[in-house]
Amino acid sequence: MTSTPTPTSTPTSTTTPPVAPPPNVRKVAANASLRHFLSRVAFAIVMTIVGVLFALPMVWLVLAPFDATPSLTLSWPDWTLDNFARLFENPYALRSIGNSLLLGVATMVIVVGFGALAAYAMSRIRIPGRDGILYGLLLLSSIVTGTAAMVPTFQIITQLGLINSYTGVVLVLAGGILPTVIFILKDFMDSIPKSYEESARLYGAGPFRILRDVVAPIARPGLAFIAIWTIVQVWGNFLVPFILLRSPDLQPAAVVMYTFYTESGQADLRLISAFALLFSAPVLIIYFVVNRRYGFRFHGGIKS
Amino acid sequence: MAGITATQLVKEYPGGVRGVDEIDVEITDGEFFALLGPSGCGKTTLLRSIAGLEAITSGTLVIGDRDVTNAEPGVRGVAMVFQDYALFPHMDVGDNIAYPMRIKRVKRDERRSTAERVGDGLSLQGLIERRPGQLSGGQQQRVALARAVATTPDVLLLDEPLSNLDARLRLEARTFLKELQRDLGVTTVFVTHDQAEALALADRIAVMRAGKLQQIGTPREVFQRPNNTFVAGFIGSTPMNLVPATVEGGSIAIGDARVPVPVGTEGLVRDGQAVIWGIRPEYLRWSPTEQPGGIPAVVSVVENLGASVLIAVHAGELKFQVVVPEDQEPAPGDRGWIVPQAPKTLLFDAESTQRIG
Ligand SMILES: Nc1ncnc2c1ncn2[C@@H]1O[C@H](COP(=O)(O)OP(=O)(O)OP(=O)(O)O)[C@@H](O)[C@H]1O
Ligand SMILES: [Mg+2]
Repeated sequence: MTSTPTPTSTPTSTTTPPVAPPPNVRKVAANASLRHFLSRVAFAIVMTIVGVLFALPMVWLVLAPFDATPSLTLSWPDWTLDNFARLFENPYALRSIGNSLLLGVATMVIVVGFGALAAYAMSRIRIPGRDGILYGLLLLSSIVTGTAAMVPTFQIITQLGLINSYTGVVLVLAGGILPTVIFILKDFMDSIPKSYEESARLYGAGPFRILRDVVAPIARPGLAFIAIWTIVQVWGNFLVPFILLRSPDLQPAAVVMYTFYTESGQADLRLISAFALLFSAPVLIIYFVVNRRYGFRFHGGIKS
Repeated sequence: MAGITATQLVKEYPGGVRGVDEIDVEITDGEFFALLGPSGCGKTTLLRSIAGLEAITSGTLVIGDRDVTNAEPGVRGVAMVFQDYALFPHMDVGDNIAYPMRIKRVKRDERRSTAERVGDGLSLQGLIERRPGQLSGGQQQRVALARAVATTPDVLLLDEPLSNLDARLRLEARTFLKELQRDLGVTTVFVTHDQAEALALADRIAVMRAGKLQQIGTPREVFQRPNNTFVAGFIGSTPMNLVPATVEGGSIAIGDARVPVPVGTEGLVRDGQAVIWGIRPEYLRWSPTEQPGGIPAVVSVVENLGASVLIAVHAGELKFQVVVPEDQEPAPGDRGWIVPQAPKTLLFDAESTQRIG
């Protein structure tokens, strides 16, 4: 979401030296400043084009849902709310948003909970080859939720009897996300001075107590970030629920969007555009709520 | 309240470094005890072993009448102030002070009122609602102290409590600490690498070097009768003059000069023995005229100490430092005699560096 930069047209002023330099020096200086000016203009033009390219889909996302006949091109809409009315009549649309939320929150709870515990342990206990383990996990995690492992994943989940259940989807998603989360949170927890925990220990606090009272509150911005990031990941994940869920009732929004076709088998842009807007709203709302409540402030150490 | 007894205490870090090496120390109930030594000598390690933050490799540790060698830190009845104070940045001052009580499940109102009472005692009025990040270094230190003493521990451990403060504040905090300790009467062990701080505050001092104990004694004892040349050089704002010498016919030969054998060492040295003769710069006198028992010397450097002057002098190959009153200040290049106060001189064995007598 890059914003279009306003092209700056002010040429950087050439500073006139107090003593007049020889003429050829002045010419070189003028040349240099002209070149500088041109390069700035070129930069502004390129950035504008890039910005517009990024902005167009956004504009489409906002305008198309209110257009009676949306197409893939961008045009001034023929204002209507009909698309939304039709969307709400669709039995799966609204429910799928709820499904997505459920999946997202469930995965988030697991990821933040286990991620915090694992990262804390990884950060505080000396395990031989710890960094190797972390990098290995990170590397493998991209495979778990990726296309390559889909067949084995499907087989495992079938064997476990978790096919067509949220438990299966949440487990696979959490498994794919956790390594990255542990990696990020471990870094956060490494930066918390050990003396905090040691002083809590002296007063008789056990490891869970220390994690709850000291480490988690200080790592809160990290945890908040992880929570949002997890929900966003789950929200946009198509493949895992698509493969592991059977009933249309259970499908999350990302999968349901794929089912909006007209009778003639073409993508129903009226439904899709309205749904897309609805689809993007919760993530933004979650972001703002979490940001306001938990904040991305970092306390860190006071002195060290 | 409780005393601390360590017997043959060893803390070996992974990799074989002995942070604390066979230390025997007995700290009595209510004592203000200093651990003093240069950087890396194991002061922090010993303190953390007492706290239980480091697992003891061998030896025993008794606090009060309980053997706590393998006890969890939480049950030892110790409180500790860390060098970085370790105040929780997400809690206000009141919650910080009350945190130990929260773990002990004291009710919120009671916690808060205790925190305020203790905070008031440490001049933290009006700061209870602030976050540690909004306090000055001195205030943070007092909050850390308040948190440590709020639970009335048996033993208070302080790791370089004054080192984060600037010079003036440090003097203030020093007095404050001494008063607090006297009022509470709590057994206190504090770590410092500043010998002046240890001399000023402690009832007794343990001087350490490379994990080993060098000497335990009152400030006066370690100052006046250091066990070995290391302690002699470490204690005192200007290190003791230590020069090689030999015993010759009932007196000590230093270069060409002769000084009497120090009191109490007669009969303990034999003729021809190599020794180290020691005297503090404060106990040397500078005289522009020849004196009996004086050593001839030339002034090389003059340093102003305020009310007095520290001069470095050369006597042949040997160098001495002498503290001279400001009105007798010589100039570099002046010739004269340094005169020791005979009862203040010490003799160390040249080989073992231990004090003789
Ligand atoms: N965690 C550790 N692992 C291995 N060796 C350690 C560890 N902590 C300290 N040491 C070593 O143990 C010795 C004593 O360290 P310690 O921190 O107790 O010194 P100190 O007297 O407190 O020094 P300072 O005045 O610099 O704080 C040092 O040689 C140090 O390198
Ligand atoms: Mg230390």
